Amino acid sequence: MNIDKRICDDLVANDVSFVTTVPCKQLAGVIEEIDQRSEIFHIPSNKEDEGMGLCAGAFMGGKRSAIIMQNTAIGVTINTLATLTQFYRMPLPMIISYRGELREPVACQVEMAVHTKALLAQMHIPTYHFHWQKDVEEFDNILKYTFMCNKPVAILTDANFWGGYGDQ
Amino acid sequence: MIRSEILKDIAPIIRDHLVVCNIGLPSQELHLIDDQPTNFYMLGTMGLSSSIGFGLALAQDKPVISIDGDGSVLTNLGTLPTIANNATGNYTLLIIDNGSYGSTGDQPTYAGRKTSLAAVATACGCDNVVEVQDKDLGPVLRAAIDSDDMTIIVCKCDSGNIKLPVITLDPVVIKHRFMQAVAS
Repeated sequence: MNIDKRICDDLVANDVSFVTTVPCKQLAGVIEEIDQRSEIFHIPSNKEDEGMGLCAGAFMGGKRSAIIMQNTAIGVTINTLATLTQFYRMPLPMIISYRGELREPVACQVEMAVHTKALLAQMHIPTYHFHWQKDVEEFDNILKYTFMCNKPVAILTDANFWGGYGDQ
Repeated sequence: MIRSEILKDIAPIIRDHLVVCNIGLPSQELHLIDDQPTNFYMLGTMGLSSSIGFGLALAQDKPVISIDGDGSVLTNLGTLPTIANNATGNYTLLIIDNGSYGSTGDQPTYAGRKTSLAAVATACGCDNVVEVQDKDLGPVLRAAIDSDDMTIIVCKCDSGNIKLPVITLDPVVIKHRFMQAVAS
């Protein structure tokens, strides 16, 4: 199964047509795939809170939006999630590379990984963790759930899900 | 002129357009001067007026004006390259530059000292950047809205605030009526 294609197929099938990204090594394939989809307008952001602002505007303009980012972004977007996305009740699927989990080669990434789920729980953000490639089968349901409840929803995707880092 | 006088001045120009208004006093002032369903008032999230307005402009065809401040743009400087590199003609960014953080007690910003936001916007790749003095804003703003090119306006003015109440509209109501106005 090509999970990059599967994620993009599900985004398109759920009418998500505006996607902003802040890159991560693990996300390179899915970002490249999004760039190739004519149904999706892709706008890279310089910072994740900026991206959430773009998504909020696009949503109010009638387009379903999503953000793709690294879990370190949770550390910089708490205020935006609380005072924009949640306060105004806007849906926002967040496809998040979960750095610092199993098969992570960079020690510093673990420092935010240990806080990621706790922060999301504190924010009352529905959170899903993709560890096996087959977990992607839930993605379609998660998107439907997000747009049903008008909340930000986190999909944490770890190194194992993406196939690891070569021989590590 | 101070910001509230500028907003009073341009209210007839922006009344019929989609406006995303900066957090704090700018939104409170616009709400008091000319509340419209086409106004999206930011109640939190300093710095994102330009991003929200730009996302809205990219998603639909109606003209969109983001009213921002110098302090807020400095908070989210990354917005300028994003706007420059994805320019859309229906977008106008109006930066009311009073050289201070008005909502928090008029502490000076760097834009009031050595930093030129017009020069920053130009360096970021924005093609149409206009720096204008407060009293001259009206015609410049009208031309920017009517133009097919995206425009960044830096409006230099005095710092100073008026006393006024907070916005008590529920955020979901603000969003709902704004989205209805967008869709109408």
